[in-house]
Formats: sequence, structure tokens, C-alpha cells
Amino acid sequence: MSDAAKLLLIAFSMIFTENYVLVQFIAICPFLGVSKNFDSCIGMSGAVIFVMTLASAVTWTIYHFLLDPFGLTYLQTIVFILVIAALVQFVEIVLKKYIKPLYKALGIYLPLITTNCAVLAVTILNIDENYNFLESCVDGATAGIGFGLALILFCGVRKALERAKPPKCFEGLPITLVAAALTSMTFMGFAGIADNLFH
Amino acid sequence: MNPVLVAVLVLGGVGLVCAALLVVASKFMAVPVDERFPKIRECLPGANCGGCGYAGCDGYANALVDGTEEKINKCVAGGAAVVEALAKATGKEAEAIEAKVAYVHCKGDCEATQKKAEYNGTKTCKASKLLFGGEGACTFGCLGYGDCAAICPEHAINVINGVAHVNGARCIACGQCVGVCPQKIISLIPADAAVKVTCSNKDKGPAVMKVCKAGCIGCGLCMRNCPAEAVKVENNLATIDYSKCIGCGKCKEVCPKKCIL
Repeated sequence: MSDAAKLLLIAFSMIFTENYVLVQFIAICPFLGVSKNFDSCIGMSGAVIFVMTLASAVTWTIYHFLLDPFGLTYLQTIVFILVIAALVQFVEIVLKKYIKPLYKALGIYLPLITTNCAVLAVTILNIDENYNFLESCVDGATAGIGFGLALILFCGVRKALERAKPPKCFEGLPITLVAAALTSMTFMGFAGIADNLFH
Repeated sequence: MNPVLVAVLVLGGVGLVCAALLVVASKFMAVPVDERFPKIRECLPGANCGGCGYAGCDGYANALVDGTEEKINKCVAGGAAVVEALAKATGKEAEAIEAKVAYVHCKGDCEATQKKAEYNGTKTCKASKLLFGGEGACTFGCLGYGDCAAICPEHAINVINGVAHVNGARCIACGQCVGVCPQKIISLIPADAAVKVTCSNKDKGPAVMKVCKAGCIGCGLCMRNCPAEAVKVENNLATIDYSKCIGCGKCKEVCPKKCIL
């Protein structure tokens, strides 16, 4: 398979078939927390795409030029957590200084990315899949795009939920979780497409 | 080299580099917070009612800090206590607040006016207005579904007999009802206003007579009899300029339709 085709395969599977939120059930916390409001959806998706791409690049470099040569690959989880946490703090400072409206829209959700398991997952899976630097970056960016897609789609579902009148015991989070499950089932429709499309 | 030592050194090194980066970033990209802001913000009640004309208490405090707003008596909800606190915080002189209340300019209750149709849709003023301007015969008057009552943070508005009434004692003059009323018939008037116009119909006299017994017909008697030129009849509707009104009550006496109270 050519390089370009492999990148396309990564992108397609990260956005659709292997979507972190709706297929692999990673990062459910921000998925439920931020999807109430379209504007914060966009902000959160943007921040996650940015952080994931950056984190993929930085952690790949650290793994291959620091951890691997010293035989410290068993430290990857703790080092990655440390790097990602610092990175998110850095992004927060930059946003506060230069993009004030986005900072206001994200509010308490920006620090949440620090502990967002999707960001950690993408960096560790990059290593497990033996991706090279470019592939890692594409993987990170498209995983973020997949997250954003799920968030925006589900935001629409929640808008419809607001008008619906579920039974009293289902009101609030329970009906939201049911809706999330149904949304996730729709993504099963993509299963198998990626392999048949690119092989 | 001892593998434990290597691990400690590498992890510590990574931590140190990250920490250094953050320290530098927070030093060079720090956003200076005006120290007056928290002081001023503390004085405000924090109800975010919007009565001052800004988007919440933060907005008003911001405007006071950066000097776009000069007056410290804009917070109607907080009253004299807030003005005093603000005067202390900003170093300005305390000014009295002009006490205001919301007033619904309509007396077209179920006896005075009739319905032209039966409306069965969503029970809000905004929705009912979409259908031929509401179900009432008068298209200017109160629709009676209480959008104002629903938004009022102090529960000061009640819909009685088809017309919204503001309880002046509870009203904090935040102005939210003024904005939400689709008919635009609520306004903030001085709390001690001697006279009020109780109609919003801008049609000509005969047309008003047909739809409502309590409507202003725009005869102009009030305007001609006002000694202070405070009453004006425009678009067939009397309006009172409270900055000129001396509270003599002449307009009230001469009004043939009793729509100045």
C-alpha cells in the first residue's frame, strides 16, 4: 500500500470505523459534558484536534528519541501523561492570551482535556501500531476530527431531546445515555468499509 | 548505569523541561487582570438581571473598570447600598438611583375587548402573535399568555383577566419583561409617576373604539390641557415625557376614555 493510501486509511478509520467516542467508547466524559451547546462543541473539538495532533507529534518524538534508546519504554504511560498535562496547560495560557472568546467558551472544559483519555489513548495507540512520525500526526488529527464529528452529531441529537418528553425516570442523563447508545449504533454501519475500500 | 537512576533522571528531566516551559509561558503570556475589577464586581449583587443595560454584573463591572461607563447608579436591583459600595470602590460620588418600575400599557381585559379568533397553539405570547398578530381584536394590546410573567426573576408579574399586571412593590426594574414582550407594551417608568397611559393602540379613534372600550382614541385633549407640555399624542396615541411631567393630573381629569391613570 502506498504512503498516501495508508494515511487515507488511517484518517478514514479514525473518523468513521474506529471513531474514538462512538465505536471505542473513549472520552465519554467530555462527550456528555460539552455536547449541550453547539458553540462549545466547536470550541472543544478544535481544542482536542489541536492538542491531539500536538501530543501525537511530541510523544512520538519523546518515545523514539528518549524512551526507546534508553530502554525505558515501560515508562511511556507516565511520561505521556506528564507531557500531555503540560501541553494542555500551555494551550490554555496561549488561548487566554490570544483567543479570549474561545477561552471563555471552553471555560472549565479546557482543563478536562488534561485528563481526557482520548488524548492519552491516541498517543499510546500510535506507538502500538508502529506508526511513523507523519502517520502519528495524521492519526492524532483525524482522531480529533472523529471526536469533533461525534460531538457535533450528538449535539444535534440532544437539541431534539430537549423538545422530547421522556418518562420522568428517564429525564436528564439517562435518556441522554440511551440516545448516545443509539448514535453509537449508527456508526456500526461503517464497519468493514475501511478495509474493503483500501485493500 | 543503574537503570533505576536512568529512569528517574529521564522522568525528572522531562518534568523539569515541561515546568520550565510553563513558567516561561505564564511569565511572557500573562494576561494582566485589572485589580479594580474584582473590587467593583464584589459590590454588585450578582443576579445578572441586566437591569443596568449590560450583559450581567460582569459586563457592568468591566464597563466601570475600563471607563466606558461613568455612572455608578445603574444597578437598580442593588439599590442605594450598592451605589454606596460602588462609590467607595471607584472613588466617585454616590448618586441617587431613579427608582423605576415596569408598567404594562394596556387595560384591554376580557370585559373591555373581545377575541377575534380562538387560538389553540403553544401558550406563549411570542407564538400566538405569529398567527395574525394574536387572537385579540386589538393587535396592539396585551396577549395575556404571560411571557413577561415567566421571565420575571422576582415573580412580580401576574396575568389577571387577560392582561399582565406588574406588582410595583416586587418589581426591581430589571427590564427583562420589556425585552421579552412581543407587543412592546411594557416600559420602565418612574416609580412615583403620577400619571400613566394605559393603552398602546396606534390606530385611529374609530378603529380603536371598535375593538376596545378602554383604548386611547388620540383625541389630544390631554396634550392641549397639559400645562407642562409633557403629554404628546403621536400616531394616535398619548405618551408622557416624565422628565417634564409635574404630576398635576390634568390629563387624567380630561381623558374621555379614562386611559390615563
